[in-house]
Amino acid sequence: MNLDLILGILQIVLIATTPLVFAGIGELVTEKSGVLNLGVEGMMLVGAVSAFIILVITGSYFLAFFVSILSGIIMSGLFAFLVLFLMSNQIATGLALTIFGIGLSSMLGKQYIGTPIDGLSPWFFVIFSFLIVFLVSYFFYKTKAGLILRAVGESHNSAHALGYSVIKIRFLSIIFGGSMCALAGSYISICYAPMWQEGMTAGRGWIALALVVFATWKPERVLIGAYIFGGVTILQMNLQALGLRFPGQFFSMAPYVATIIVLVLISSNKLRIKLSAPASLTIPFYKGR
Amino acid sequence: MIRIITFLSTFLVFAFGSAYADPKKVGFIYIGPPGDHGWTYMHDVGRKYMESQLGDSITTTYLENIPENADAVRAIRKLADSGHDLIFTTSFNYMDQTHEVAKDFPDIKFEHATGYIQADNVATYSARFYEGRMIEGHIAGHMTETNTIGYIASFPIPEVVRGINAFYLAASKVNPDIKMKIIWVFTWYDPGKEADAANTLINQGADIIVQHTDTYAPCQAAQKAGVYAFGQASNQEEFCPDAHLTSIEDIWGPYYAARAKAVVDGTWSSGDTWDGMDKGMVVMSPYNTKLMPASLIQEAVNMEVGIKDGTIHPFTGPIYNQAGELVVPEGEVAPDGMLLGMNFYVQGIDGEVPQ
Repeated sequence: MNLDLILGILQIVLIATTPLVFAGIGELVTEKSGVLNLGVEGMMLVGAVSAFIILVITGSYFLAFFVSILSGIIMSGLFAFLVLFLMSNQIATGLALTIFGIGLSSMLGKQYIGTPIDGLSPWFFVIFSFLIVFLVSYFFYKTKAGLILRAVGESHNSAHALGYSVIKIRFLSIIFGGSMCALAGSYISICYAPMWQEGMTAGRGWIALALVVFATWKPERVLIGAYIFGGVTILQMNLQALGLRFPGQFFSMAPYVATIIVLVLISSNKLRIKLSAPASLTIPFYKGR
Repeated sequence: MIRIITFLSTFLVFAFGSAYADPKKVGFIYIGPPGDHGWTYMHDVGRKYMESQLGDSITTTYLENIPENADAVRAIRKLADSGHDLIFTTSFNYMDQTHEVAKDFPDIKFEHATGYIQADNVATYSARFYEGRMIEGHIAGHMTETNTIGYIASFPIPEVVRGINAFYLAASKVNPDIKMKIIWVFTWYDPGKEADAANTLINQGADIIVQHTDTYAPCQAAQKAGVYAFGQASNQEEFCPDAHLTSIEDIWGPYYAARAKAVVDGTWSSGDTWDGMDKGMVVMSPYNTKLMPASLIQEAVNMEVGIKDGTIHPFTGPIYNQAGELVVPEGEVAPDGMLLGMNFYVQGIDGEVPQ
């Protein structure tokens, strides 16, 4: 083991984990306000394809990411409209959003598959992903607005009685979640693996959803969880390449096993999981009740 | 009354439908999207070739992104139920599902790619990709400077293991110091993970990346890192012009056209087809003249000729397994049976095939 090798491994881990951090932190904010959005994978794909298309057409990275985030806002805005104003079931609506996103991204991207582009260096986004986690953490625990957002997630009736607009706060949280998911998607199609391929996020949206539970709804723990996941994935590749006689399937499974073990440890104490999950998660809010 | 009408219309459809049995419907089950520029893409190219050859005598349908689980049964059954006459299932792990549906539809012909179990109405077909792997190995043995080859493998099935062995045998012949680093990613299709694997291999000193997964992400990663790579299934040079040495191309069109023609003519019969370079089912992409010396390109072309006329076989003895046992004696070539079930590494490769 020499230093170059270890630095190289670290680089690959950072690049591979960043999309999980973005999507995870976005979903965490949404869930903290009391809304579960299962549409992460769909929003990531639409974000990925819209960034790619705009980059091919205009050649501008800035516009690509801008439009991608806009697409995340539109997708999550659609979700917010359905669950906040029409009171539709959050789980069903979120699943529908993912299915819609998979279909929409495939349709939009059909003629762009296989268009070569110049990838963008990922390092700005890697640093930004750390920054955003600490900003969210600061927002939650050090600002009044963050306290209000958490209050809405814990007990929307109390927050409403105190005069806070539950609908508005949830709407904004959902939109933030959507734009982060779209950013994660565009990072994948522009920086991580610069190409557009149907379904190229390959399940990372679902991992991000699991990360939020894994992190017991705490921002810094999303970061830790994402890096455990990414780290184990890359580490097992390194062990394989070193020719160690280990069953590869075990290592491919390892990140998921690690997630389950941590989940078991966390939920062994019922009170702890109850205290950390937002109490109003998935419960619709009816004004005037 | 409604019942009678329904009965009559069904009867009429069947009576006249069979009397005017044109055109034949041909269906395809794809594991990925036709735009992957790899495995599924080449099957779709084959499908279009078949359409262009047979014109109005057939119509084609395809279902894409079908997972290799119970969903595949549903997808295959859907094609069978909607009156398809010939159905191609284009991935190894559709095997059980293909046979399950085929049992219920004895009049429909099925063709299962890369499989090894036939039935009266299920034929199997595959290409001898390992012939191309031999040429890649020969090139890699000459081109590598670090003597380290990075190989991204998908699932531990005989086709993939065979490719690794054919590659290593040829590479170690020209360069006995060569070392293979193999990463099994347990997916055919995940651009991010494929890029991670390529970067990991490059980080560990590999200066040539070989892949048996479906997207061009590894080749792109190689280009970025300034090392060489072989593409997969189709010519991927446009995505990584400074890394791409050559690719093994899968040419399915002529086979598909012939099989569909047989269904149209009523001469289709089950069987097993395993063709290689001699029949044009495996073709090497144009060798990269910018990166490879002319003499090496000439050697590769000569090898192609030898493989085509049968004087060169990638698995010519003596071949030993990792335990040092002689599996193919000197002067003999490995029988197809051994190749079809290959689940061991040859001597010289580190690690073991995941079981």
